[in-house]
Amino acid sequence: MLGLLWLIPALPFAGFAILALLGPVISRTLAAVVGVGSVGLAALITLLVGADFMASAGGHGYSQTLWSWMDVGGFNPGITLYLDSVSLLFVVVITFVGFLIHLYSAEYMADDEGYSRFFAYMNLFVGSMLTLVLADNLLLLFLGWEGVGLCSFLLIGFWYRDPYNGYAARKAFVVTRVGDTALLVGMFLLFNNLGTLQIQELMQRAGQSWPVGSSLAVAAALLILGGAVGKSAQLPLQTWLPDAMAGPTPVSALIHAATMVTAGVYLIARTNAIFLLAPSVLQLVAIVGALTLLIAGFAALAQTDLKRVLAYSTISQIGYMFLGLGVGSWSAALFHFFTHAFFKALLFLGAGVIILALHHEQDMHRMGGLRKSLPLTFWTFLIGAASLAALPWVTAGFYSKDMILTEAWVSGPSGQLLAAAGFLGALVTSMYTFRMVFITFFGRERTHVTRRPELRISAVLVILAFGALAAGLLELPKNILGGLPILSGFLHSALPAEGAHEVSTSTEWALQIVSALLSLGGIYVAYLLYYRTDRYAEDPSRAPWGAGLNRFWRSGWGFDSLYDLLFVRPYVAFARINKGDFINAIYEAVAGLNVLFHRVLSSTESGIVRWYAAGIAAGAIIAVAIGVIR
Amino acid sequence: MAAVPIEHGLVLAGLLFILGVVGVLVRRNVIFVLMSIEIMLNAAGLAFVTAGSRWQQADGQVMFLFILATAAAEVSVGLALVLQMNARFKSLDTDAASKMRG
Amino acid sequence: MNVVFYISGAIAVVATFMAISRANAIHGLLYMVLSLLSLAIVFFSLGAPFVAALEVVVYAGAIVVLILFVVMMLNLGPDNIRREARLIGRGVWVGPGILGVLMAAELVYILAGGASQPTGAGMVDPKQVGLALYGPYLIGVELASTLLLAGLIGAYHLGRRHQPGATSEEE
Repeated sequence: MLGLLWLIPALPFAGFAILALLGPVISRTLAAVVGVGSVGLAALITLLVGADFMASAGGHGYSQTLWSWMDVGGFNPGITLYLDSVSLLFVVVITFVGFLIHLYSAEYMADDEGYSRFFAYMNLFVGSMLTLVLADNLLLLFLGWEGVGLCSFLLIGFWYRDPYNGYAARKAFVVTRVGDTALLVGMFLLFNNLGTLQIQELMQRAGQSWPVGSSLAVAAALLILGGAVGKSAQLPLQTWLPDAMAGPTPVSALIHAATMVTAGVYLIARTNAIFLLAPSVLQLVAIVGALTLLIAGFAALAQTDLKRVLAYSTISQIGYMFLGLGVGSWSAALFHFFTHAFFKALLFLGAGVIILALHHEQDMHRMGGLRKSLPLTFWTFLIGAASLAALPWVTAGFYSKDMILTEAWVSGPSGQLLAAAGFLGALVTSMYTFRMVFITFFGRERTHVTRRPELRISAVLVILAFGALAAGLLELPKNILGGLPILSGFLHSALPAEGAHEVSTSTEWALQIVSALLSLGGIYVAYLLYYRTDRYAEDPSRAPWGAGLNRFWRSGWGFDSLYDLLFVRPYVAFARINKGDFINAIYEAVAGLNVLFHRVLSSTESGIVRWYAAGIAAGAIIAVAIGVIR
Repeated sequence: MAAVPIEHGLVLAGLLFILGVVGVLVRRNVIFVLMSIEIMLNAAGLAFVTAGSRWQQADGQVMFLFILATAAAEVSVGLALVLQMNARFKSLDTDAASKMRG
Repeated sequence: MNVVFYISGAIAVVATFMAISRANAIHGLLYMVLSLLSLAIVFFSLGAPFVAALEVVVYAGAIVVLILFVVMMLNLGPDNIRREARLIGRGVWVGPGILGVLMAAELVYILAGGASQPTGAGMVDPKQVGLALYGPYLIGVELASTLLLAGLIGAYHLGRRHQPGATSEEE
């Protein structure tokens, strides 16, 4: 069964090929069947392969080489797929959540004209993402990396007739490009010094050749971090994700919540050995995560567009994952990835239902009272929001977030500072989450519902809601039911040992109660401010001191203006200066000089006798002078 | 007769020649140009005569004679051309006859 | 004799300068005659009486007079004189003046180099010149006469006025 591994990425690629070639001529139903079915089949095969893997391979990874990519001067990466527990986890999430989202889109995009094109791009995306996580060497990983970047671009700008969508797609592509370049340079560095890009081999050689804290390791780790930061929309490259909400909502759910933006997390987890060799960079990962989660959290408090709240929320939650990676607790980060995939996808899909129901209305302040008009959506959305806000002890989000914060707290004095940031972030998270819930679902109905979701959408929402609650059972901490470390045990075979900090049960309880208080506290504050919409007058954003802060947070802490000032304006100014192409001007100057000389010389042919006589006289003087004066 | 240093004679010839050149370059009236050319030829002849006097030979004066003949022939042809020029351009300005410009 | 040389030399230079800087053509030519006469005296002081006589007779008496005749024949009038005066204003003299100064400087530089050599004290009389002309320079004499013939014919042909419509050449 393990031999069927190659089918998992191949099926979505095949789906893409069929839809790209035959899309315009086949019926919508057939396009949907191909598009959804390819991912569904991939999910099925994942089940089979996963079962076989867990039964047999156990500790080591399983490698399947399809063919050799190139063999040049000792550099011979292959198209090789590598399955271990980490990649299996990601594959499961990608195929299952991907399948659910594809099923959802079959109904969501039903009256859109680019139906088959949409599924073609989505399949290409799923195939590329699977390539990324199943890649055995960094080159193949980079292929998948670029592929998902391309699909992100194509899908954000899916409704290409609106120029804003094209702008958002370009922005996403360019900003992640900065990260991609860093990753590429990092790959060059690694290959140049260690002679291979095969990941397992690489980590072994790095461990042997580089001492801990060596500058090469630091450089390589920094560059890889740069790539991860770009793809995962962390500081300082987070500016593209809010604008990426211009794409269709299933795209936001799949790419910008569950899978592509977690590619950075996957990358760091995969190349963990290099990061362990550069502890300063690992510390930096945690700091980046902590800062990002706070910045994005506060920014989410001030948004009015429903999807933008969720976008900033995604940035913030991935900050938590980075924080987990940075303090060395790899499985905590991946656990949070797992739960986040479920509840964030659920929230996005629910938002999609609302937007479609209100005929493409995205401003939260024009919604309201949807609790009664869209009951199923309301309850599933509430479950997703509860998981996001880490409602204590019953939601998956609580356990994963708690695991990260606990591990951070016990990892040392700096860890306590980071954990404190995480706790503050948790408070803010529940505040903005329930602000979103209260404004959207409660109060007076401002826009009337014109369309209700049908079977496919509703079924998907329910399944995801179940996951948002139950996924927490994969990893229960010690104080609850004696602990159920299923996930960390599963991942242990592929990840290095976590900093073996023993956590006492009392510490666990203490931290969990703090978490719980913060989460409930945030909900309460949101209730006070936003539950009854006639309380808007007390909303701090209306106060004079609050309005400026509100604007600042809504613009995402002014990063867009900063980058515009630092990078865009000088570049555009330079381009304008170079509009005449000053390199070309040098060549034209040579020609111009020639013309000038021609003009000067031809002006001496004036036809006037005196002028010629003067020339003779001057020439005679010069000739005599040369002859006489030596 | 006490001797005059040959340099002084040559300097005189040179000065006259330079005045002739300046005359050619400054004046636009073709009559004056011809006149300045005559001055130049005359100065050259003076130089020859001075040299002949230095060596006490007749050759200098013979050269002067030939220069004289040349000047006479040249001035007659030149004046004929001046007449033609006046008939065609209705002026004696050399700048008017600049149709061979580039 | 030296004094005569220097005085007439100075007169010649001044007269030549006046000749080239007059607005009226007649005045210029008359100053030229004066210059030529002074030069004849210079020739005489250098011990060359033959060319002194030739200078007066041929140069001043024939060539300059010829030019004078043509000027009078053209009959240009006072407007022409006024226009001429405008054309030789101050600015025109600068460039040629500089060239002239440079030439003079070179001349002095060249001449100051060698040792001073005096001209002969004696005179080269016409008889000697005649013997030279009919001796070694005979061919030159014949050629000069041919040149004069060519000049004659050329002047005649070029000076002819074309009757309007009488010839097919360009008008």
